[in-house]
Amino acid sequence: MSRYFHVIAAVLWKDVRTELRTKEVFTSMVVFAALALLIFNFAFELRIPNKSLVVPGILWVTVAFAGVLGLGRAFIAEKDKGSLAGLLLAPVDRSAVYFGKMLANLIFILVVEILILPLITVFFNVPLITLPLLLILLLGTIGFAAVGTIFSALAVNTRAREVLLPVLLFPVLLPVLVAGIRTTIGLLEGDPLSDHLNWLQLIAFFDLLYLVVAFLTFDYVVEE
Amino acid sequence: MSEPLIQVRGLRKAFGRHRVLRGIDLDIPAGASFVLFGPNGAGKTTFLRILATLSRPTSGQVRVAGVEIGDNPEGIRQYLGLVSHAPLLYDDLSAAENLRFYARLYGIPDAEARIKEMLERVGLYHRRRDLVRTFSRGMVQRMAIARALLHNPPILLLDEPDTGLDPQAAEMMTGLLRELGGSERTIVMTTHHLERGLEIADRIAILSGGTLVFDAAASGLSYKDLRPLYDRYVGTGVA
Repeated sequence: MSRYFHVIAAVLWKDVRTELRTKEVFTSMVVFAALALLIFNFAFELRIPNKSLVVPGILWVTVAFAGVLGLGRAFIAEKDKGSLAGLLLAPVDRSAVYFGKMLANLIFILVVEILILPLITVFFNVPLITLPLLLILLLGTIGFAAVGTIFSALAVNTRAREVLLPVLLFPVLLPVLVAGIRTTIGLLEGDPLSDHLNWLQLIAFFDLLYLVVAFLTFDYVVEE
Repeated sequence: MSEPLIQVRGLRKAFGRHRVLRGIDLDIPAGASFVLFGPNGAGKTTFLRILATLSRPTSGQVRVAGVEIGDNPEGIRQYLGLVSHAPLLYDDLSAAENLRFYARLYGIPDAEARIKEMLERVGLYHRRRDLVRTFSRGMVQRMAIARALLHNPPILLLDEPDTGLDPQAAEMMTGLLRELGGSERTIVMTTHHLERGLEIADRIAILSGGTLVFDAAASGLSYKDLRPLYDRYVGTGVA
């Protein structure tokens, strides 16, 4: 069992180390997110009667689209450089490779979120950096990374992989996105988190579901 | 008579309606150097990927050390090292970092000493801190050999390892494989380069159209003997 966790840690270390050197994925995600926010800012300026209804959508949509850029690269880079086989040859259950990749994706998306939250606060003048909101964002991002990583692995062997990932991902991610947006709206309107426990539980349920399904299917997804 | 280390029975593989392997039967004893020749598209890579547990057979049986690969793929993978035309290395990690990563995947004890040993054996210890992206193709392939042998696997799978190498680099790699392969290790290599394959082989086979059309001991067989045989079975392809 400890070998399993060693492999998760090794894959995570490798992805983070590589990304710190190249900044390939991270740069594109951050630049995309910043540009999207800038466009949203100009598009909605002076026309928002109730910011708490619009800003949550802007936040989650920006995270979702920026995240897809990173998720797409997770397996494409491995496949294109031919290194995916090296990972799959590891003498452990292949789900360890999935969890390593998923954790790396989770970290990349969380870092992007940490950077865009102050930007949204400045652009739209709403207090987004609160503990309950960060908790919702973390839970939603776990679900996003969980299902995004498995679909990234699934899409990598197809011809239209760049297009296929969002097409597969967003319908499945919809419950988490809707719950995340609804909870964020409530929190921005001043509701306590306890008023939205049902949404919170829904996100947690889908996080768990995505992780379990990915754990059970990853081997079949990556094997020819 | 003891059971062969690798036993293949009725192995078939199809991608959709395209049948790549059409029923392969093969026994490879422990310590053998088995070279599988065949033209492009013959199914050599598919065969090796199935042995490496990277691809699932459509039907048939593959047993390694008496264990059906589908029953214990994790255990089987501990027995295998793979060198293919793709080096399975990360360009943006240094030579030592790449091996360190693989050492963690394989749970190698005293990894630093083993990494140093392997880098010295392939003549790249002095470049251990350099990123793999700065290496020549020949150096990358030497790194790939170090990576594949890092966990000292009893079976070494070589999928056209000389692809893209100039003749000198290919010659050096063949020498390295002979030296590092060792008499205990079982080598299964695919290539369409007849001379280079014969240098390593103690047994050869020819795969054509997904079928094993020739299988014999390599002892006493020279390039001059093999060339007409190869041409007869697969046509006058590149070799």
